[in-house]
This record gives sequence, C-alpha cells and structure tokens, in this order.
Amino acid sequence: MSKQRVVTCSINGHEESFLCRPRQTLLEVLRDVLDLTGTKEGCSNGNCGACTILLDGRPVDSCLVLAVECEGAEIETIEGVAAHGQLAPVQQAFLEGAALQCGICTPGFIMSTKALLRENPHPSEEQIRFYLAGNLCRCTGYDKIVRAVQATAEQAAAEN
Amino acid sequence: MLDFDYERPGSLDAAVVLLAEHNGSARPLAGGTDLIDHIRNERLTPDVVIDIKRIPELNVLECTNDGLRLGAAVPCSRICADDNIRSRYAALADSCSIIGGIQIQNRASVGGNLCNAGPAADSIPALIALEATCLITGPDGSREVPVESFCVSKGETVLQRGELLVELRFGPRPPHSGSHYRRFIPRNEMDIAVVGVGASVTLDEAGEAITDARVALGAVAITPFLAREVNDALIGKPATDQTYAAAGEVARGIISPITDMRGTREFRLHLTGVLVERVVREAVHRAVN
Repeated sequence: MSKQRVVTCSINGHEESFLCRPRQTLLEVLRDVLDLTGTKEGCSNGNCGACTILLDGRPVDSCLVLAVECEGAEIETIEGVAAHGQLAPVQQAFLEGAALQCGICTPGFIMSTKALLRENPHPSEEQIRFYLAGNLCRCTGYDKIVRAVQATAEQAAAEN
Repeated sequence: MLDFDYERPGSLDAAVVLLAEHNGSARPLAGGTDLIDHIRNERLTPDVVIDIKRIPELNVLECTNDGLRLGAAVPCSRICADDNIRSRYAALADSCSIIGGIQIQNRASVGGNLCNAGPAADSIPALIALEATCLITGPDGSREVPVESFCVSKGETVLQRGELLVELRFGPRPPHSGSHYRRFIPRNEMDIAVVGVGASVTLDEAGEAITDARVALGAVAITPFLAREVNDALIGKPATDQTYAAAGEVARGIISPITDMRGTREFRLHLTGVLVERVVREAVHRAVN
C-alpha cells in the first residue's frame, strides 16, 4: 500500500491540511475526508461536470484530479460561495429562476458560472452555452440555467 | 481505484531517472483527464504515477517570430488564451478550444492528447498540418520525431520505455499562410470527432495560388495521418472552390474508414470530402486576411 501523504492547500480561503493516498481523487477527499459534501459525484469520468470545483481559479472536474496533486493549490467549492449565511447572487438567480430540479448538477453549474463571469462579465447566450457545455443537467433542459446566468450578469452590471 | 505511488519531480533529469527506475511500470501524469479514468477502470495499472506538471521544460509556451515552443504538459486553456497562437497557429487553437468542455481544457494537455494516440484525437491533425516536431528525452539522450511519425497505431507511439515527450516545436509561419482544424460531431460540443481535418496552406504574394499545403485527416484511419495526395492536389493550384472540391474528392479516394457507433463508412467517406473542402477554404481565408 502506498504511503499516505500530507497535502496542504487553501480551501475556500482557509488553509487546510489533510492526509490522503495517491489514488484518492480530490472529489473523494472533499466529500469523505473533509466532509464537504456539496460537491457531487456524477459520472466520475469527466463527462458530467457535477463535481466541478475551481482549482487555482479555473473550473476542473474534481473526479479527474488526484488530491495529492493539490499541494499549495487554491481550491474553491460550492461551500465557499454563500458568504455570511447569505446566498450569493448566482445562487439567488438559480433559485428564483427555477434553474434546478433535482439539484445534483447545481453545485457544478454554480462553480462553472462563477468562473465564467469572472473571466467574462457580459457573456452572450452562445458563450454561456459553450462555457457550460461540460456541465450536464438532465432535468431543466438548460434554458432556465442560461437565463439564471444571464440574470446574474445583468444584476452585477446594474450594481456597478 | 487501484493503489499506486506518486512522484512529483521538479526537473526533467529527475523525471527521466524515475521513469528508468520504474522500468515500464510508471506513467507520466499531466492533466490526468485520460490517465485517471484509465486507472480507475483498470485499463492501466501503473505502480507509480509521475506528475510532470512542475517540470519547467514541460511548461514552456513561447510563441515568437522564430516559431512556437509548446511544453508537453501545457493545458489546452493556456493555448487558447494565447493571442499569438490564435493568429499564427490557428489550427492548434481551434482544436484546443473543442477538446472536452472547459473543465477538461483547464487540465488536458496537447502532449497528453498526442501520447494517447487516439485515432480521433482533435489536436493531432492540427499538429501534423502545422508540421510540429516532437522532442523526446529518455535514458539514452534526446531525439526529435516529426509529429506525423509519432503515432504508430491506436494507442501506440514511438516512445520507448523510459522516454518522455518533452516539447512540441513548430517553425516560424511563412507569410501568406493560414491554418484551420474542424471536426464533425452530431452535437455542438463535448463529443468525439466522426471525422476531423486539419489544414495549413501558404499562398503566393497575390493570394491567388496555393504554394504549399499540409492536410491531415483524423478518425478515418488507425492514426491521424498526413494526406500527401491531398497536399499534392492543392499545391500549385489556384485558390478556388474548384480546387478545394477536387482536394476533397482526392481525400475520399485515399481513405478506408470503418463503420462504428459514431458513423458508417459511407458517412465518413462523404464527410471527409466535405470537411477537407471547408477546412482548406477557411485556411485560405485566414491566409488572405
């Protein structure tokens, strides 16, 4: 059996150290070691995007990252999105726009949306659909998700 | 997942030593988008995974007037974000922008796509069209291999035990040249090519005749390959729709694609002609502009 490793990284702005074996994915460690179960397991092969987290600011499928790779990394998960017990604007927009039904895909969509709007605060519908192509939803048919992303962008623009 | 050990060398020398020590039971890890899935499904059972992402040589990305140096571990998203690559080596940026979704592009490397040697790998026809050279390092030193000779069969490359793909190197782009990669998939994104075509063309000063051309075809043979007969059908010809159509016809004549879940042989034959025509037209359009 391979040795356990100590990995130190930032998770939602807090420094965390955890023990893991090389074969454990970041998804497994988030859910089973750190009890951050907001990140969901869908396909576990990089197709569905349910496990999307931000690694050094960029969306990745946490099922395709080894936890041991994350030494020194900055990780953001769905647990870090709402500040001070208040839903973030993107979460509020998904809620108000009914951009979810079963909700399994939602944390992944929210994380991808956060990265999209940081990179491109005023995306077109086509840019939204292309950027979110790595997140699958079998409930909504996507239109409400796209509209929630547009609403988040419009709200941010109105506030600035 | 099966147990394995993990190493993260900080230098190329250390990586080569580790690969040699493990004598074929080690696997290099760049973005992991294929490797981790293969290990999970036990298609690969390495004793040790060697993370090559912190080796400086494998992270080089330099696009200058002298050419392009692309480290084997550079993720697709870095390539897509580089304006110089998008303008000068457009076929490469085209392919990197459609490999998986954004989550995959943030991890997956072109070096990994090439080393997987998939018949439908999107980056390989672009690399062949752009005449990339593979820099390989191993226990017996370094060597260079033209990218069209790198893949020898499905999933098999020229890499020998202990060797590592370090970098892809591209010469400077000639004046009046353009390139493009396009694939056919039944969706808008997130799918595997039914057929993929990469092309690079150079025009004369007037922009009227094709003086050089490299066309590569993907997903219609056991590896992506340089379609020399198609090149010959373009070189010295006027840059017109008639020429592109004739090149498409030549492409149909030199392939023997299979029927599988993504498309029938007949469909692939048809698509290959259509895509060659369209991809060459777009490459010419870019060369003019």
